[in-house]
Amino acid sequence: MTRTSDRERRRDPARIALYVFLLASAAFFLLPVVVVVLNSLKTMDEIRQGSLLALPASPTFDFWRIAWSSACSGIECRGISPGLFNSIKIAVPAVFLSVLVGALNGYALSQWKRPAADRIMLAITFGLFVPYQCMMYPTIVLARTGGLFGTYPGIVLIHVVYGIPYTTLLFRNFYAGLPDELTKAARIEGASFLQTFGHVMLPLSVNMLVVVGVLQFTGIWNDYFLGFIFAGNENAPMTVQLNNLVNNTRGEVAINVNMAATILTALPTLLVYLLSGRYFVRGIAAGAVKG
Amino acid sequence: MTRSKAPARGLSDMPESGFRPDLVAIGFFLVVALVFYGSLLWTGYLSLTNSRLIPSYEIVGFDQFARLVATPRWRTACVNLVILGAFGIAGSLALGTLLAILLDRDVRAEGLLRSIFLHPLALSLVITGLAWRWLLDPVTGIQSVLRGLGWSSFHLDWLADPDTAIYALVVASIWRSSGLVMIIMLAGLRGVDTDIWKAIRLEGIPLWRAYAQIVLPSLKLTIASCIILLMADVVRSYDLVIALTKGGPGFSTDLPAKFAVDHFFGRANIGLASAASVVILGFVASLLVPYLLIQRKGRA
Repeated sequence: MTRTSDRERRRDPARIALYVFLLASAAFFLLPVVVVVLNSLKTMDEIRQGSLLALPASPTFDFWRIAWSSACSGIECRGISPGLFNSIKIAVPAVFLSVLVGALNGYALSQWKRPAADRIMLAITFGLFVPYQCMMYPTIVLARTGGLFGTYPGIVLIHVVYGIPYTTLLFRNFYAGLPDELTKAARIEGASFLQTFGHVMLPLSVNMLVVVGVLQFTGIWNDYFLGFIFAGNENAPMTVQLNNLVNNTRGEVAINVNMAATILTALPTLLVYLLSGRYFVRGIAAGAVKG
Repeated sequence: MTRSKAPARGLSDMPESGFRPDLVAIGFFLVVALVFYGSLLWTGYLSLTNSRLIPSYEIVGFDQFARLVATPRWRTACVNLVILGAFGIAGSLALGTLLAILLDRDVRAEGLLRSIFLHPLALSLVITGLAWRWLLDPVTGIQSVLRGLGWSSFHLDWLADPDTAIYALVVASIWRSSGLVMIIMLAGLRGVDTDIWKAIRLEGIPLWRAYAQIVLPSLKLTIASCIILLMADVVRSYDLVIALTKGGPGFSTDLPAKFAVDHFFGRANIGLASAASVVILGFVASLLVPYLLIQRKGRA
């Protein structure tokens, strides 16, 4: 590419307009985060008298502490922290299992070279489009029959099963793109399918495991609907407790505490997003441009 | 998909080993078939019954669908789906594509800007909904900020008005989804043949025309898959409504998925909720045909 000199470009009005638009957009995208963070550091008096965009006069983390350990949702006043522990308890095994299931199933479908495998892949892919709300009722009856409804294993399992279409698709495409020689070499030595998968393919898929893991973590952590329906009160994830806390109508509405609770809920996935940027983007792109 | 079959056939001559991907694939498929397709069939069946609080298995025909169409709340939900779909998707597509084009013009701090535009995708829809609920709140939100700055006639009270509350959802969903469009379109733009750009420069075609008439049309499959992806998201919108408006004021921001959930649970009207689910599935199924076409073309 031949490029015009930097100085020439800096004076170009089109170039200036481009940056103005990009910066304005950045402000639009950052607005919610900025407002929520700023006001979580202010007292209610300050919020009432000032503007949402004003800097806190004397920033305090008091409301973060209240949001964490003593804010009320419903009858309980234990803050958002039980939700954090529930979300960790749900997300860690669910992400681990769902990545493993996706890798295993994706590899199996990439190695089973019959037309039936393609048809099964298509049927699984359709699952990506089905809104959970449409299959909720029978799934609940099914889970209740198995004694899993409203239980901790139940919510983990439902995340794993509902994640199968997405994780399988990503891994199948990944494994279909690897050279067949790897599998063949293992088979010639008499390795079984599971041995080939565990000893040869899994170690080769570390990048993809991270990509899918990051996306599944984000998805499971951020889920509200399944947690609300399936987890039961005791295991309610952070998103559900956050929504309860904000909608708690008893007493004075403390927006600062609500905003602090919102940040605490957002932090884990935001951190994962910031630390894993490239993997997150790869997962989004791979999930989006399917096939 | 394009792998030749020959080596596989060669291997099948080997002594039968424990290499059985078919067993694993069938095992998982049975789970998907039971939970996904089994549930869908069951829901379809329930939609033909007069189930209320307790499921009944006596078929009464299409009564529930007739009742559904006659329910004003359901019609509002469907109109809202169209509004959210049309404006939300058009907005995300326009903003996301514009941002992708601008970022592709060799800008500074591209990585940082990209992270900013994409970060809503890492946040829960509950958080998105709550944040916009606060921003659009007439008493404490943007309206009061701008009035405080001296613009006393400024109006932004969509959330309070049943006719406009749905546009709060449109704004929030544009905020959330534009980054997705941006990242997909950016990948598409970077894949455009450099020869095309050379030809554009040689011909002296103005930049905006080059994008409008040459570059973007060459990405129409990418754009189409963005649209399908966004539509699938809109149809299943639930968490965002719950956090932003709870469906209100009244039922003015209800959406089909929320209608179904409310009738399955709170209102214990399983038959009607199942009928709603079947209609929602119809919306989704209509996305599958273009999706398959794109997949086929993408492969060719």
